[in-house]
Parts: sequence; C-alpha cells; structure tokens
Amino acid sequence: MLQKKSLAGPYLVWMVAFIIAPLLIVGYFALTDAAGNFTLDNLTTIGRYSTVFARSLILAAIATVICLVLAFPVGYFLSRLRASKQHIMQMLVMLPMWMNFLLRTYAWMSLLEKNGIINRVLGLIGLGPFDMINTSGAVVLGMVYNYLPYMILPLYTAMTKIDHSIIEAAQDLGAGMGKIVTRVLIPMSVPGIATGITMVFVPAVSTFIISRMLGGGSNLLIGDLIELQFLGNSYNYNLGSAMSLVLMVIVLLCMSFTTDFGEEGVEGVV
Amino acid sequence: MKKKHWRALQRAYLVMLFSFLYLPIAVMAVFSFNESKSRSVFTGFTLDWYKSLFSNSMILDALALSLVIAVISAVISTVLGTMAAIGISSMDRRSRLIISNLSYVPIVNPEIITGVSLMLLFVAYQSFAAWANSEMGSAVLPEAIFGWPTLLIAHISFCLPYVIFNVSPKLRQMDVRLYEAALDLGCTPKQAFFKVVLPELMPAILSAFLICITYSIDDFIISYFTCGTLQTLPIAIYSMTRKKVSPEINALSTIMFLAILAIILITNFMDSRQYHKDQQKH
Repeated sequence: MLQKKSLAGPYLVWMVAFIIAPLLIVGYFALTDAAGNFTLDNLTTIGRYSTVFARSLILAAIATVICLVLAFPVGYFLSRLRASKQHIMQMLVMLPMWMNFLLRTYAWMSLLEKNGIINRVLGLIGLGPFDMINTSGAVVLGMVYNYLPYMILPLYTAMTKIDHSIIEAAQDLGAGMGKIVTRVLIPMSVPGIATGITMVFVPAVSTFIISRMLGGGSNLLIGDLIELQFLGNSYNYNLGSAMSLVLMVIVLLCMSFTTDFGEEGVEGVV
Repeated sequence: MKKKHWRALQRAYLVMLFSFLYLPIAVMAVFSFNESKSRSVFTGFTLDWYKSLFSNSMILDALALSLVIAVISAVISTVLGTMAAIGISSMDRRSRLIISNLSYVPIVNPEIITGVSLMLLFVAYQSFAAWANSEMGSAVLPEAIFGWPTLLIAHISFCLPYVIFNVSPKLRQMDVRLYEAALDLGCTPKQAFFKVVLPELMPAILSAFLICITYSIDDFIISYFTCGTLQTLPIAIYSMTRKKVSPEINALSTIMFLAILAIILITNFMDSRQYHKDQQKH
C-alpha cells in the first residue's frame, strides 16, 4: 500500500541504539575486568553463587507448577461459561494484575507477618503463631499470587478454542474425567500451557522485589544479586553483567523449550 | 459424577481462587480506614490516612512525575511506532521477520536485564561525554543525564514494541483498495493517508497509546535502574514499603484499585455500547 519503508527508520535506529547496543554493552562488561581487559573471571566467579542460582530456579519452577495446577481448572471452567459471563470473569482475573505489584506484594507482607492477620485468625482457634514471612515458602506464595493471572489467561484462551463436542465425544466413548483431562484437554491446550509457563517462569526467576519483601535477607535470588552489583553495596558492574548474561541464557533456554509449542501465530505478528 | 455436584464443585473452586486473588486487596482496603497503625487489629474508623496521603508531597510529586513521563513517552512511542508499522508493512517477508524478532527482545527479556543494560549504556555515555568534553576543553556534551532523559528513553524503549504489535495487525486487515480509491478520486498520497488510512487505524493507535500509558505508570523495575534521583510513583511506593509500617500505602492501594475498576467498567460500558450500535447498523 504505502510504499514508505523509510518510515520504519527512526524505530529501527531507536531499537538498535537502546535495545541492542545496551545488551552488547552487558556482554562487553561481562567479559572484561574493571580496567577493561578481557577476562573470564566474572563468569567463573558466578560459580560461588551457584546456591543462589539454584534457589532461584527451584523456587521459580515450584511457583510455575503451582500456578499451572491452580490455573488449569480455572481456564477450563471459564471457557465453558456463557459468553457474557466469560467476559466478566476475564475482567475479574485481570483486575488484580492491573494493581502495581509492589502494592500486591506489600499486602502479603501484612498478612504473613508474625502478628499479622493470618496468625491472629489462627490464634483464635488456638493455632500458631507460625513463622511465615521471611521464608522461601512466602517467596513462592508471592510469585504465585503475582503471576497467577498470567497463567490463567493464556490457558483460558487456548481452551476457548476446544470445541465442546470433542469433550462430549470423549465422554460418549467412555472416557472418565481423568482421561478427558489427560487425553483431550491437556494436549489441546499445549500452546496455552507453553505461553503460561514462560509468562510465569521468566518474571519469577528474575524477580528481586518479591524475595526482598517476603523472603527477608536469607532468600536471595538472582535478581537480588544483580541488583546488588548495580545499585547495592557490592557495586561491581562486571560481575553484575556476567550474572545478567547467565540469567538471559537461562531465560532463552526456557523459551526454546516452550516456543516449540507456542510458535503458532507468532510469525504473522508483524 | 453427578452433574449437580460437579457444578457445585466448580463453583466452590472458582470462589476459592478468586478469594485468593482478592483477599489481600480487600484486607488493605479495610485497613486503610483503621485508626491505629496496626496492620492486623481494627481499632476504629478514620479517614486520616487518606488525608495524610493527599498532603504527602513525596507521593504527589511522584504521581505527577509518573503521569508526565507516561504521557510524553506514550505520545512519542505511539507516533514512532505507528510510522514504523506502516514502514514495516511495505517490506518483504524476511525483513519483517527480522524486525519482528527485534521487537520481541524487550518483551521477552526479563525487565531487570532491560533496566540494567540501559543503565550501563547511560553510564558508558556519561564517561564518554566526560572524556570528550575534557578533550575539547569545553562542556559540549551533557554529562549528568540520569533523570528525565534516561527515564524517557527507557520508557519509550519498552513501550515501542507494543505499539508495533497493536498497529501492525490492523494495518494488515485494512483494505488496500480504500487507499487506492482515494488516490483515484484525486487525493494526494498525503491526503489519502490522513483522511483514509489514519482514521481506519485510529482504534488500534488509541489502544496502543493506552497500553503505553499503563505500562509506563506501572513500571518499577526498569525505572528503578534508570531514574537517577527522581522518584516515579512505583519508586515512591517502594521506598514507603521499606519503612515497613505506613498505612498510607493501604489508602493509596484502595484509591488505585477503585480508579482501575472505574476505568475498566467505563471502557467495558463503551465497548458494549459500540457493539450494540454496530449490531443495529448491520
């Protein structure tokens, strides 16, 4: 139509200058020392922090699995509602997502603390008090709470595409609920599952706020380490860049597993 | 299983899940009216926290900054992004795919990495500017850029791809013949663009603009690394949460929740009215 390729020029310049160039600088810092000489020390130093990396991966993976298990039935139930109801429910899922995540996480701080509401309520029936805040469990809870809508929405979208007659056919052929889930619903919602996993796992593995607010000092994650190198006390851009590089590789690996299934529709986007 | 029981089970599950999503927000709303500073015992009703919130200059300044940054960066991103979408639409498939992948980078990359990488770029620029200025013996390049310039650049950078991904599909759906008909009827390409193409794209451009505004106002992580000493609203909220007990946050959350709820209800209402109108037309 409009033969004006040059209109994309400013955008391309902008993206190269402020998206690609900064990533190359991260790579440069990761592979040099403070004086600017080439070194691999930053990358090998990361080995010292392997427990932090392992903790991030494990907590994020646990949160992703919990989100998947919690969200799967929701996606299915919502997709089977009447259209008008579906719309309202979808809004209800999205509404908390629109609140700033600092405020959402802060809300859990006051619920979980030693003399917080949960412990008070449990105290009324003679239980507790439990140590809930500043544990890795609290961090996982924060991740699940913050990112659950990101799992529900793609699952729901994938499941609205499942024709109900397929489920009925499976029932007619004698499939029980378990069989329907494993043989019909899961295989047919794979693109949604893949998208959901990426959308929960990536922010969860790179967070530094949730761990700081709910995990106390003893549950450092990759994000916290990186933040400490750039704005915190550790102050080491080179090491921080190396950590960022490793985090990027982790994310890319995760994506390469999931985009194999979720690729449909991506190509036609631009 | 009996159908009735199955229904009840479904409903119970949904109720449980939605209470999980909304309970923390409800608790905050309730305690925003709490007289004492306690976050767990309700001692009496008060509106004091709302009053002190509205006289808290840190919060108000941060809110103003967030709004201004959001509007400026959304305008620039929308213009640049729409131009780019039009340019991209006339490219061949291969270049489109490359640009599409380029646009995915900031969306897919963890926010902390986008933030850190931009910070490094700005730091690198600063040392370059300092070196260049001392070489030339005069302050030609601005050195202290952390603040407004860096925040704007950062926000535009993460907003731009969303404009592309919103406007491009609309551009592809558009009927090319409309544009050609306008030319045939004597429009200059410029007129044809402003009178035919742009109105057709307007809904997509508008929704892209709104997405940019919301992402910009909501962003904490990328701003955190690029703001220098400025405080946007999320950064002000963050510094409040570090102080542990400040019931003003509850009041702020409640107000924000109600504002979001109002926006959603209004847009929904307008959508459904538009829908009915369209139905009547056909």
